[in-house]
Amino acid sequence: MEIPADKKFEDGLQDLEGLVEKLDAGDLPLEAALQAFEDGVVLVRFLEDKLTEVEKRVEVLTRDNSGMFHTQSLETDAEANEEEDA
Amino acid sequence: MSSVAFEDRRSAALSVTELASRIQGTLEADFGEVWVVGEISGLRAPASGHLYFTLKDDTSQLRGVMFRGYARLLRFQPEDGLAVLIKGRVSLYSARGDLQVYAATMEPRGLGEQQLALEQLKAKLAAEGLFATERKRPLPFFPRCVGVVTTLGGAAIHDILTILHGRCPYTRVIVRPTQVQGAGAGVEIAAGIHDLNEHGQAEVIIIGRGGGSREDLNAFNEEVVARAIADSSLPVIAAVGHEIDLSIADLVADHRAPTPTAAAEIVVPVWTDLSSQVAGNARALASTMQRYIGDSHGRVDRLAERMRDPQRQIDALRERLRVSVLRLRTAFQRKNEYARAQVQDLAATLNSLSPLAVLGRGYSLTRTVPGNTLVTTAANLTRGDQVRLTFAHGEATARIEEVAK
Repeated sequence: MEIPADKKFEDGLQDLEGLVEKLDAGDLPLEAALQAFEDGVVLVRFLEDKLTEVEKRVEVLTRDNSGMFHTQSLETDAEANEEEDA
Repeated sequence: MSSVAFEDRRSAALSVTELASRIQGTLEADFGEVWVVGEISGLRAPASGHLYFTLKDDTSQLRGVMFRGYARLLRFQPEDGLAVLIKGRVSLYSARGDLQVYAATMEPRGLGEQQLALEQLKAKLAAEGLFATERKRPLPFFPRCVGVVTTLGGAAIHDILTILHGRCPYTRVIVRPTQVQGAGAGVEIAAGIHDLNEHGQAEVIIIGRGGGSREDLNAFNEEVVARAIADSSLPVIAAVGHEIDLSIADLVADHRAPTPTAAAEIVVPVWTDLSSQVAGNARALASTMQRYIGDSHGRVDRLAERMRDPQRQIDALRERLRVSVLRLRTAFQRKNEYARAQVQDLAATLNSLSPLAVLGRGYSLTRTVPGNTLVTTAANLTRGDQVRLTFAHGEATARIEEVAK
């Protein structure tokens, strides 16, 4: 199963719950049950990735004179590194 | 008073303009800054932007004007019947000879100016439907990136970051720093909302500040902020930190939180909850699959068992067949014996009735040889014929010697 990268976490979670329920009902043909299981495994991996894909970052959004956005890491107590992306 | 002097004064007569100018001078010297309270009536607001009105009380009235430059600064809409306090000067509009109050500021009496302005703005935005429930957008369930519009120096940003990272460590936060109070704060906040929309990475926006006095929250009552929230394509949470009075931003926003801390709590789920939900589902998936396979094994076993049935059925049939054959045979035998007994009976009866029994009394039967025809008439015989004689016991062959006619 291919999961689009922009799939929402909660949709994925709902799909996974649906698969578990379908499997649990036990009336799936074997092929379909195996497929459901494999899809479920893919979903679990996807959801786990989603849960950790964004690194903790706090940025400050600014705009220069030409209207370009810049984000700069906000210095907090925990971290004091600086980076910039245009 | 000499006539010369009188003549001098006559010759020194003023032109109307001069007189008007002197009256103006006198008025402005004495009434250069006056405060006057009255009720507005006959208000006209032509396209020029100046306001014309009559200021009156129970017994008197004065003409009033407020020029565009001042009128633009008004934070409420003057209207007929409204009691106002005006600061201005009194002068003569010499082109018409009208004495007028030239208002520089105007504030409503009774209701505070800001309060009135606020009420008026609220009524206007409500009429436009900006507060309508059906406009409220749902918050994303699990935003990867949260935009915050607030001042970097305040407690609000600190509280938000603390809560966000406590609940959901993997959340990106983009802060768009703005003033949150003072002149221009509203415009800045509005620009911040626009910027985060345009930047396009945040999925939801929190605007807010920590608690403050009512005046400190003015920026969040500005129309420009209300418009920016309404125009935002990202859902907006207002966290203005004043639980008693709702700001206009609170009313327009898709969600309202009493404090920045509360906003951070509603904007992201608790990461560990989600994580354990996923893990729980993964476990359920695995165990369900195991059970499914187990069930399938059971089913296959039961089916396999049922597949042996035909053999058993054949065995059963065979057994039935055997029993049937046995019973058939028994029945047949019984019937056979019965028949035999019957035959014997009949034979006995028959025997008793047999004519041969007569032979016992000394009679014998005579049959032709060959032909074996019973001879009852001597005339059927000729001399030399062979006959067989049957006695009660045994037989004998004889030759005919003579036939008596």
